[in-house]
Amino acid sequence: MRFSTIEELVRLAETQGKAISDIMIEEEENATEVPKEQIIQKMQQHLDTMEQAVLRGLTEEVKSRSGLTGGDARKLEGYLQQGRTLAGARMLQAVSRAIATNEVNAAMGTIVATPTAGASGVIPGCLFGLAGDIGADREAMVRFLFTSGAIGYVIANRSFISGAAGGCQAEVGSASAMAAGAIVEMAGGTPSQSAHAAAIALKNTLGLVCDPVAGLVEVPCVMRNAMGAANAIVAADLALAGIESVIPADEVIGAMYRIGQAMPGTLKETALGGLAATPTGERHRRRLFGSNQGTTGEGDIENA
Amino acid sequence: MKYRSVFDIIGPAMIGPSSSHTAGAARIGRMARRLFGRIPHEVDIEFCGSFANTYQGHGTDVAITGGLMNFDTHDPRIKDALKIAEDIGLKIRISTVDPPGEHPNTAWITLQDRAGTMRVKGISVGGGKIAMLEADGFAMNLSGDAWTALVFHKDHFGMIASVASVLADQRINIAKMGMSRKAKGQDALLIIETDEAIADSLGSRIAGIADVGQVRILPPL
Repeated sequence: MRFSTIEELVRLAETQGKAISDIMIEEEENATEVPKEQIIQKMQQHLDTMEQAVLRGLTEEVKSRSGLTGGDARKLEGYLQQGRTLAGARMLQAVSRAIATNEVNAAMGTIVATPTAGASGVIPGCLFGLAGDIGADREAMVRFLFTSGAIGYVIANRSFISGAAGGCQAEVGSASAMAAGAIVEMAGGTPSQSAHAAAIALKNTLGLVCDPVAGLVEVPCVMRNAMGAANAIVAADLALAGIESVIPADEVIGAMYRIGQAMPGTLKETALGGLAATPTGERHRRRLFGSNQGTTGEGDIENA
Repeated sequence: MKYRSVFDIIGPAMIGPSSSHTAGAARIGRMARRLFGRIPHEVDIEFCGSFANTYQGHGTDVAITGGLMNFDTHDPRIKDALKIAEDIGLKIRISTVDPPGEHPNTAWITLQDRAGTMRVKGISVGGGKIAMLEADGFAMNLSGDAWTALVFHKDHFGMIASVASVLADQRINIAKMGMSRKAKGQDALLIIETDEAIADSLGSRIAGIADVGQVRILPPL
């Protein structure tokens, strides 16, 4: 790839008058020597898989094995239908689709990792929640995934995208930044605005820890996906309004890396700290797995 | 660069709930089986770090077992992998260990059948990406993204040239090559990643070279 930073990505796009999605498709073609048509076709398949997951989560009775999650997407969708929401229909459509996807994931259903399974709701949530309203066709939706992928590619190589390596900021934070940049492009913004949106979204999730109850990708993951989608839309709106991130996207990514390194092991997907170590979190763990997977106790956030 | 394609980021399509602990685990299992080269009868899996602490919740044990039976990350049979393994008589033993200094998502896998044993180490680095770091005491760094030839042989001069010439004959370009040996003149492993597909017949030709032991041809995951 000819870019390894967000700055290089934006420069490649803007000097040629192209969209970030164009650059990602071209670079993928050059790097992998797979023909463009096949690359686009594969992304269309991913889009279809995501759509099926959203649909399942919104229409079927989805329940995880643990019983901790499932059914909230439908609950929110019902509330939306009543037409008296505070956040507005668009925002909550995105949120309900993010929840739907992540509930399907928790129930061992089929999803697309974007960039991970734990954060798999954010990008399809924003995409399917907004595309209809802003008149995006199927091609624009596929482009959305390439733009997200370009931003995620930089984050993954310069920082991390797994909760075990960098906490939830690396998962839901990265997904939110990827979605924010892609929303800007889908809404007609510039590559530079996409970069600002990504920077803002990622800034707002810095420090977020990965503390899954009983080690399951359920609590708080599903709700964090809801927040990640909402955060992405707000960040995109801010950037489209011309608001710029004082700290450039690449420096935010660098900060995320250093914060992740400094984060104690108990808060990096080990289910030993944070919400996992609350009395209720512990109770659920004991109910599900007995005592063979011990935590260090409530409030203990020493380095593992 | 750890991640080389947009589909490392948007993808894989997979059975939930975790790309590192479920999809990555399935791929580690699949690579382990490919390194072993045949269906194992018994497998010991040792989980370290986050794998050890959260494997039950993430279905890591289920997914790695699915991978050992060659299931892909999006294969719906993964959900029932432990049951299927039991049905086909594949014995799986899970344990947790906590050696210092390991990557947080590490699995040591010992595969066995009547013909032999192999111990391999795989890590899941995030988003479904993996690396196999060791097999039978040989260090390696295999992502499973490219066609790979593993040539077990006796260390001596000219080995790399002999193997490379077989590949060159078929106009196969070498993308990456690595050598791991236990000591000078001892058992060694040549690891070659190629841009083009490697036919099984080519593996047999390489196996015909003097002092070459086993040859494994691994297609991309």
